[in-house]
Amino acid sequence: MANVIITLGNDISTDDIYPGRFMATVLPTETPQFAFFDRTDFNAALKAKAFPPGSVIVGGENFGCGSSREQACSTLKGYELAVVARSISRIFLQNSINLGLQVVICPGIEASVGDELEITADQVLNRTTGRTFEQVKLPAARKGIMDAGGLIAYTRARLLARG
Amino acid sequence: MGMTVVEKILARAADRPSVTVGDVVEPRVDLAMSHENAALVINQYQEVFQGTGIAPKVWDPSRIAIIFDHRVPAESPKTATNHKKIRGFVAANGITKFHDVRGDVGGICHQILPEYGYVRPGFVVVGTDSHTTSHGALGAFSFGVGATEMASAWALGIAVNIEVPATIKVVVKGAFPPMVGPKDLILHLIGLLTAQGANFKVLEFHGETIRQMSTSGRIAICNMSVEAGATSGIVPGDSETVRYLREEAGVTDAIDCVTPDADASYVRTVEIDVSALAPQIACPHMVDNVKPIEQVLGIPVQQIVIGSCTNGRLDDLAAAAAILRGKKVAEGTRMLVFPASSKIFAQALDKGYIHDFMRAGAVVMNSGCGPCLGVHEGALGDNEVALSTTNRNFKGRMGNPTGEVYLCSPVVAAASAITGVITDPRKG
Ligand code: SF4
Repeated sequence: MANVIITLGNDISTDDIYPGRFMATVLPTETPQFAFFDRTDFNAALKAKAFPPGSVIVGGENFGCGSSREQACSTLKGYELAVVARSISRIFLQNSINLGLQVVICPGIEASVGDELEITADQVLNRTTGRTFEQVKLPAARKGIMDAGGLIAYTRARLLARG
Repeated sequence: MGMTVVEKILARAADRPSVTVGDVVEPRVDLAMSHENAALVINQYQEVFQGTGIAPKVWDPSRIAIIFDHRVPAESPKTATNHKKIRGFVAANGITKFHDVRGDVGGICHQILPEYGYVRPGFVVVGTDSHTTSHGALGAFSFGVGATEMASAWALGIAVNIEVPATIKVVVKGAFPPMVGPKDLILHLIGLLTAQGANFKVLEFHGETIRQMSTSGRIAICNMSVEAGATSGIVPGDSETVRYLREEAGVTDAIDCVTPDADASYVRTVEIDVSALAPQIACPHMVDNVKPIEQVLGIPVQQIVIGSCTNGRLDDLAAAAAILRGKKVAEGTRMLVFPASSKIFAQALDKGYIHDFMRAGAVVMNSGCGPCLGVHEGALGDNEVALSTTNRNFKGRMGNPTGEVYLCSPVVAAASAITGVITDPRKG
């Protein structure tokens, strides 16, 4: 069970999630401080550890559009947040899977801040409103990477297999 | 059944007779490009080898390109130290396609790759930059990846678990009216498709307008294909591609243009006639919020920007300089020009365009990303408005979340610099 901590509109860009002016910071241990930096109150709440791991960001269409900067994923992964969005931009989706950030594509999702969500294998249940929403399955090609526990582990296994 | 260009490229790179949409393949990578974010790639790459007992070794140093462009010269000790770390890695691994902070061979990655003949038709190109779609202009399948995916490519030499994307065919016909060009075409198309209309898909460009377009114009349209969500834009290689690579990039070895089969299957076909197209403007804060210029005329602008990987090439600078020659940038408006590469900068100097800009009052900056991503220089003040030939106008893009960015072609930017308000170059 997890609570919705913010609901966002369509086309949330990586400039919004992780502003370009912090791109010189690259280490996953250092990027979380800049998450949604220009949303001052939300950034402050994140930094104050106001939200437990598993808390959910609900997005609209085309979440994570724009730049390929991986910081946009590591900054959210640092707080162990999950993203449930109506649709997700290709590079953001791939980066999330590569880094192990939980992302769920849920075209019909309706939720408000504070709602309790339960994310199952193929649905999202909003316990607060009692409504259930179907997930779109992630492309098959992504599964091998998820099962390996991320792209670093996947690549490492491939290297070892080559001998 | 026939194959699209990208299907053919992927089949070949994965040693398969054919592929179709949805197949999972692991194509060989012909070129792997990074910029400053190579600093993060290096971390992830080293982590891959940890605990394996295998000594870290890149699969092929001649196929890795690293170009410093995002923050050059370094704006902070942090960036300068990232640069230093990357230089060390480049030297230790024998990476030859390296472009440091230099006034002779430096520039923006998406300009350097075509300019030095690093990309060829039929290549699979990955880059740690979303605008890696640019290199589809040379008939390559070229797409953006994150740093960890690049680390994987450096180690393995393949792009892992790629799903063959569906392709949208875009057929463009008609001749551009005066003061209208490739930038207006791609803005118009993004407005039609929306910012996610091509998500997970390829845009394959056809039609007489594309065939007659220069490689510079093709780079602009492929560059911005990602703004419709596309995995890649691609113009199948043709006589112009060969001309560009031979005459401008100095390529002497064989060039093999890949073209789609006549019975290739497309998920959708979009037809556009440009013969009556007006200059197009993408309004804040989304690239698909596109309007014909008539609807935004007269909006006051405090900063004009001409440059970037989208519109910082010689033809862009020539068109803007022709409008500004003998004129002055309006009081209360500042104008920044940043050529896409040092080579273009030198050519613009020889042709007198740099003088035209400076005499008009524009500030000419070194080649690099500069104001485009607002990290470094050319940030906006609170609530200021910019009119820019770059490719993104998201909130905060030019360094200030209260600023507004309108996107346009070089001639619209130049005409508006003189008046200080958004101005139609056709009425100048
Ligand atoms: S000029 Fe702008 S869009 Fe192009 S590579 Fe640089 S930051 Fe990216």
